[in-house]
Amino acid sequence: MPKTKIAEALDKLSSNKALKYGVYSAGIAVFFALILLPPILGIITKWNTIQQIFSQPSLMARALNAIRNSFTVALLVAVIDIVAGIPMAWLISRGKSRWLNVLDTLSDIPFIVPTTALGYSVLLFWSSPGGISALFGGSLISPGWLLVILLHFTFSYPVVVRVMVGALLDYKMEYERASRTLGAPPFTVVRTVTFPILKPSLIAAFILAFARSISETGATIMVAGLFENGSVFIQDMKTEFSNGIISQATYEGSIVFASFILIAVSSTIFALIRILGPRLKFPMKKVWPVTERKLSYTRAASSRNGVTLVVFLVVVLAPSLFVAFPAFEAIFTNTFSEALAGSGVWAEFWQGLTLSYVLASVVTVTNIVIGLPTAILIARKKIGSSLSAILDVLVNIPLVVPSIALGVSLGIFWKENFAFMPEMLLLIFAHIAITYPYFVRAVSAAVERISVDLEEASRTLGAKPSGVFRTIIFPLTKYSLFSGAIMVFTRSVSETGATLAVVTTLRTAPVVLVDWVKHIVPATPLDIGLGSGFLILFSFIILLVLRLMVKEKGTY
Amino acid sequence: MPDVRIVNVTKKFGKIIAVDNVSLTVRDKEYFSLLGPSGCGKTTLLRLVAGLISPDKGEIYIGDKLVNDVPPEDRDIGFVFQTFALFPHMNSWDNVTYGPKVKGFDMKKAATIGHEVLEMVKLHERLDAFPNELSGGMMQRIAAARALAAGAKLLLLDEPLGQLDAKVRNEIRYEIRKMAKDLGLTAIHVTHDQSEAMAISDRIAVMKKGKILQVGTPNELYMDPENVFVAYFIGESNFLEGYVLNTKANRAIIELRGGVKIVASDKNARNGERIVLAIRPETLTLEKGVKKGSDSIFGKIERVTFEGSNIRYEVRLENEDLIIVVKPSMIGEWFNIGEQVIISFPFEKAHVFKYPEAGLKEAIAVE
Repeated sequence: MPKTKIAEALDKLSSNKALKYGVYSAGIAVFFALILLPPILGIITKWNTIQQIFSQPSLMARALNAIRNSFTVALLVAVIDIVAGIPMAWLISRGKSRWLNVLDTLSDIPFIVPTTALGYSVLLFWSSPGGISALFGGSLISPGWLLVILLHFTFSYPVVVRVMVGALLDYKMEYERASRTLGAPPFTVVRTVTFPILKPSLIAAFILAFARSISETGATIMVAGLFENGSVFIQDMKTEFSNGIISQATYEGSIVFASFILIAVSSTIFALIRILGPRLKFPMKKVWPVTERKLSYTRAASSRNGVTLVVFLVVVLAPSLFVAFPAFEAIFTNTFSEALAGSGVWAEFWQGLTLSYVLASVVTVTNIVIGLPTAILIARKKIGSSLSAILDVLVNIPLVVPSIALGVSLGIFWKENFAFMPEMLLLIFAHIAITYPYFVRAVSAAVERISVDLEEASRTLGAKPSGVFRTIIFPLTKYSLFSGAIMVFTRSVSETGATLAVVTTLRTAPVVLVDWVKHIVPATPLDIGLGSGFLILFSFIILLVLRLMVKEKGTY
Repeated sequence: MPDVRIVNVTKKFGKIIAVDNVSLTVRDKEYFSLLGPSGCGKTTLLRLVAGLISPDKGEIYIGDKLVNDVPPEDRDIGFVFQTFALFPHMNSWDNVTYGPKVKGFDMKKAATIGHEVLEMVKLHERLDAFPNELSGGMMQRIAAARALAAGAKLLLLDEPLGQLDAKVRNEIRYEIRKMAKDLGLTAIHVTHDQSEAMAISDRIAVMKKGKILQVGTPNELYMDPENVFVAYFIGESNFLEGYVLNTKANRAIIELRGGVKIVASDKNARNGERIVLAIRPETLTLEKGVKKGSDSIFGKIERVTFEGSNIRYEVRLENEDLIIVVKPSMIGEWFNIGEQVIISFPFEKAHVFKYPEAGLKEAIAVE
């Protein structure tokens, strides 16, 4: 490729050692200053308000109960996800039908539906008289813990499928073949060879599903009814405070308490999984040849695909897309013209939608700029392997922290210390903190896959460090880089918990929808359906355009 | 007991015919090699025997049993993979006792077998080691021990030495053959290395483009190749193009390019037929002096390569064809570049083949 003037200038600069260290240090400094430390400092600032909750035993009991609910739900959901997601991943990665490509794409749908719209969709599907409940005459599942579990299953299922499909595709089939030739029937093969080898991916899938469940707020609020988990509790405290039911001190004390426990417990759980995971052994010493042979070849094994598909269609796909029906219905009523005219509740909706997309764009671009150096640092272990490993763990912390708790503590930190800061900036900071790990993980994993030999070959041929990036690293990681960016974008558009926690006046689209569903604003079901429909449609179009723009040409 | 019969077997991958209507019998207790260039279908054929893939057409018998619908775990085979495929999450001990365990042997019996096979491959002291702690040669031996541990009588080896260094490879290939012979196993060994196949096999099937071209002992394949490809792939051959001028009593008078005439032994040559003459480099003799008769040609030495035990000469013949002559370096006189020589060859050691329809280049192509 012809060298532009800019490229030449960059090449010259990148040979400068001081500058190179400067860029990497800046990457780390920004990570600590913007992402890691503010939430921690935020909680420390308000540490003394925690006494408030100790003096109110009933509130304390309520908080603890909510937190317990969070972890119970997350654990159940992660287990169900693994059980239901693995057969699907298996089907997608091992099946031979051409339709599996379609299935693969369909299984990503809950990803592109912003979680608030998804929450509303799930609510309609399971509880409203227009949904599946119609078949049973009445509300099949009313808002409450069961619906929360169903919802969390719906949105975390694609995470497990995605991770496991990737793992199964990378996995060397030779191990399975070896096991078969040694006399093991398929069931024994999977139990003694495949799963033990894929254990790291299984753990990763479990953690991601667990973390998604713990941190989701916007959709949960919609389907929770009277059920309270950690994030709903924090949001309820906020509402009770703004409605003047509780004092500011009680409000602050309770959310600092809840956030602290959520953050502490989830960090502990993930640290434990990280330490104990590699030592966890699958039970493979013992083999039951007769039983396992039966399990391998009976009807149970052959009907597995059928059950997998039914679960996917009924519990994942249909509830995710159900919101589209009222949206279609709304098109033929004057709700549609009101919406287009932006009258009534719709003025706020369009403002929210614009804000959401502007915010997501800013957050995405910022993440690319500040995340790239860190990603390369981690992948190339530029600061030594143990420091790089520690940095890797730290970068992942925002993933496992409930987003509303993160938002609350971030809000406290910035508002207490930098009161002059505009709310928009606060919103950007909160979203950057939540989405940062997605980008850094995607890129560092991709860079790690590129052999260092390629970089060295490029250097010996005369490329400067920036040239190596431009001509080798970027072309080879382009796809992962953009998919990291796409994840950041979608995550930002659908993020509700942290947004609710930091803003008072600004309202993003998911926040508007939550208000509509909660009847804080007088919106009709048709309004809500159409609003959710718009959010899905625009997100889908933007993703489609992005995907077409970066469509992978050839595989590397 | 386990002879293997492959009857009219075809296997396609999409449009590519990997195995094309192949029939083959491997005898009981035989060490048999499938030899051919990469992509010739030899590994596919082995995997068909193992049941890792199933044939589109044809039948496969192990012993007297038709195994087309028998899953690999019930075929009672041992399979050694090119990449070894040692389970990375198990140590040597768990790897070698895996077969006996999943086949439901009692623990005591599994342990006895484990000790036996580890002794056999001389790695008993490494039974705690995980695959990533072993050298290539050790992994290879553990892989072989694992394949043998479940007591299979049919051993299938897919390029088992491909990942090893040359020295280790030469040692281990005899070890594997000895093991198979000591245990009375039938072995099918896939390789693209003709010297490996020649060194260890009782019989070899040479494959190209999904078909078996010739089956025979190493001796038969070398001394009596049935076609140009086998003459080219087994050992080394010079190919000279020409026409049959005349035939009598198993001999053919052949006119090479440039009007050079020589005599070769051949039973099937017909007058006027276009042919390819294949001559092994070591059968030719080089001399200074005068041409003696119709079994010698003038040539000029163009290049001399000292290879240790042999000297290799590239000689430009009077008709501009280039041929290679290999002579033992410690016996006889040496020749220098530019020297005029007379090359003579014993006619009974040259092979005459009908000129291949697709051309000589295509017939000996290995890609």
